[in-house]
Amino acid sequence: MPNKPFAITLKPGTSLANLTGTWRTERPVYLDRLPPCNNACPAGENIQGWLFHAESGDYEQAWRVLIADNPFPAIMGRVCYHPCEGACNRGQLDSAVGINSVERFLGDEAIKRGWKFDKPGTQSGKRVLVVGAGPSGLSAAYHLARLGHSVEIHDAGPLSGGMMRFGIPKYRLPREVLDAEVVRILELGITLKLNTKVANIEDSMRAGNFDAAFLAVGAHIGKRAYIPAGDAARIVDAVSVLRSMEGEDKPMLGRRVVVYGGGNTAIDVARTAKRLGATETIIVYRRTREKMPAHDFEVEEALQEGIMIKWLSTIKHAGEHNLTLEKMALDDKGFPQPTGEFETMEADSLVLALGQDVDLSLLEGVSGLEIKDGVVQVGSNMMTGHQGIFAGGDMVPSERTVTVGVGHGKKAARYIDAWLRGTAYEPAAKHEPADFKQLNTWYYSDAPKTMRPMLDAIRRQTSFDEVQGGLNETNALFEARRCLSCGNCFECDNCYGVCPDNAVIKLGPGKRFLFNYDYCKGCGMCVAECPCGAIKMVAEEI
Amino acid sequence: MSFQPVKFYQTGTFTVGNRLLAPDERSVQASEMRSNSINSGHRACQGCGEALGARYAIDAAMAESNGQLIAANATGCLEVFSTPYPESSWQVPWIHSLFGNAPAVATGIAAAMKVKGRHDVRVVAQGGDGGTTDIGFGCLSGMFERNDDVLYICYDNEAYMNTGVQRSSATPPTARTATTMPVGPEPGNVFGQGKNVPEIAMAHNIPYVATATVADLRDLEYKVRKAVNIRGARYIHLFVPCPLGWGSASHDTIRLARLAKETGMFPVFEAEHGEVTSVLKIRRQVPIEEYLKPQKRFAHLFGKHAHPELVARLQAIADRHIRKYGLLEEGDN
Repeated sequence: MPNKPFAITLKPGTSLANLTGTWRTERPVYLDRLPPCNNACPAGENIQGWLFHAESGDYEQAWRVLIADNPFPAIMGRVCYHPCEGACNRGQLDSAVGINSVERFLGDEAIKRGWKFDKPGTQSGKRVLVVGAGPSGLSAAYHLARLGHSVEIHDAGPLSGGMMRFGIPKYRLPREVLDAEVVRILELGITLKLNTKVANIEDSMRAGNFDAAFLAVGAHIGKRAYIPAGDAARIVDAVSVLRSMEGEDKPMLGRRVVVYGGGNTAIDVARTAKRLGATETIIVYRRTREKMPAHDFEVEEALQEGIMIKWLSTIKHAGEHNLTLEKMALDDKGFPQPTGEFETMEADSLVLALGQDVDLSLLEGVSGLEIKDGVVQVGSNMMTGHQGIFAGGDMVPSERTVTVGVGHGKKAARYIDAWLRGTAYEPAAKHEPADFKQLNTWYYSDAPKTMRPMLDAIRRQTSFDEVQGGLNETNALFEARRCLSCGNCFECDNCYGVCPDNAVIKLGPGKRFLFNYDYCKGCGMCVAECPCGAIKMVAEEI
Repeated sequence: MSFQPVKFYQTGTFTVGNRLLAPDERSVQASEMRSNSINSGHRACQGCGEALGARYAIDAAMAESNGQLIAANATGCLEVFSTPYPESSWQVPWIHSLFGNAPAVATGIAAAMKVKGRHDVRVVAQGGDGGTTDIGFGCLSGMFERNDDVLYICYDNEAYMNTGVQRSSATPPTARTATTMPVGPEPGNVFGQGKNVPEIAMAHNIPYVATATVADLRDLEYKVRKAVNIRGARYIHLFVPCPLGWGSASHDTIRLARLAKETGMFPVFEAEHGEVTSVLKIRRQVPIEEYLKPQKRFAHLFGKHAHPELVARLQAIADRHIRKYGLLEEGDN
């Protein structure tokens, strides 16, 4: 006890001698949780991470965080089916953050401003052959080049892009956007050989002295169904129609076009036929809208453009100017069953959109491969049964979307890199998920989603102009700022402010916070008032 | 002009700080330079609303007066947990005398400063609801009536918590305290006439009266900063939940203050010269049960021997506040 008279003066701030941290039975700890958007992204993007930079208007930094995982933001912002938005926690509050539209804004901004990828660092001296210049192949090539490997891409087609060019119509993905993002990848020093079909992978690898190969040849062969047809019946497959759109001679489909199938390709080809001048375009599908594999917003857009859809019908016979349809009924299990009721429908041409097969001829004679259901089986490291040959995209078992392909490319590149270096690639352990219930949504202001402008219906029916517009800087910034930053500290200072014991130390911009456990009493207020769920309480060892 | 939250949409608009705001638009509490008027090591309970509210208010007053601040303190929790001999948590000039005389002590300090020509020094008096609405009430009214140049801040946790949770004139009806046990047909505190000290302060026609809660830092800082710059008697009534006395979880302190405001139980407003000039609107209205249920002092209203009629009477009080102060946006119900 200091020698001073009772109740006269006490020195300011002397309570620091009293370490109230000893009262604690639980301690708060900072953590990063996995935001649902990141978890849902097939390309493994750090969405919350790049939105963080977009929120402060630092679009280049946002773009750089984005392209660490995916070199195609402008393409993604147009063709990705954005499962991130389906998972977004903000969807439970008002509506999901328009991640896809911000991504597109960043991609377009990068093209406009001419942002380039960083050149790769030290070269490994290893050579990798990538077969196929589609999303998966280009993604793998990009990541392998950034990891210091020498990459050569061989593609059988006359132009790069694979299904992004020969499968996705222009009104969804303008070709100058595609070209800009492909060229930027090639500028990393990647050799692209077009019109170069790989007949046998082992021969090509030997001839080019390649140490590893990544196969991503896609699925380009339209499936045929047996339909009895008259001699003059015009039956084509959807993949060929979409592919020929890129050539000089546009396909001749006639005035009444019937598309058979219910996937996204069926929708794409129907909308293309409409734009080519068909007065009527009808999709025939054997089940119902709920069972349709095509994404509902695309179905909706097609209906807006005047495409008609005939549900619960199969095609039994194709004649010169008409088709015979049989009505179907769903059974208890939801499978369509024939009813024996027939009808005829006028049609100048029939386009089959019944799925695609993979041309696996390049793999003939390669040992150790396992092929099942027409696709190549790969391990969790994307390697086929043959050492050094990896595969991804539509030719392996998976959902067939651009984003999944891009994700395969990235994943394969990491395993190829490790394989070439004789090491093992260990993906970082996933953080625990950031659930809606861990958020304190009081702290977020109310902000409705910004809708992207849509081209008017008449121009959509008659031109290949892009249907969906983009955001401008003002509303892209607004949209980015709607992000709740689930599970990741965004330095809102709430913990620093609400602590009754001043036991949170603010480290300054970008450095987050520390707990001062000498004084933290473990009340848990910081956890309760953290908007984004980036703090949790853990029991003290007593 | 009423307090407006930052009006552009962004992540965490209602948070303490915001990296997207210009530094001068951020709160005092977001700053590494805040004065931490009440330092770590104080002996307040886990999750103490009063310790938090006192730091919020005095830090804002320190910032607004450029550190030229003197505080007088009534007896109560705040005084006891901050200055157990031989230590003090305070990092401002601070004096404690008696339970009932804080307004008079502050009046004396203000007079002394005037005599010394120190117009830059601002004087704050502070106390709990017991020291303010009961024991120091005569001195407080005198300070108002003389319009002494003092900002009085009452930290209202609705009972005498320091001495073991006895009823004060700020204790709400039905609440269990050590002296209002939940027995009989009307368990807990009685539905009395009430004693609304902010309105009593307004009846003195003093320049400034405001209410605030620890759940809305920006509103609180705005009111303290405004009050510091007004000459004459000013009164701020700050709602500070008490986990110990209310039987609530220590992490729920801010949530309960927010619910008190969002239910209408605690109206947040400001008044100048006896007239209400602005109110903080309810943002997400909730029924009174949501506020009552997390608190054990209201536990006897629910469960096996529930008293829905008493809950309804409490809801009626909240509804009356909503009507009287216009707490809902126009057109809402």
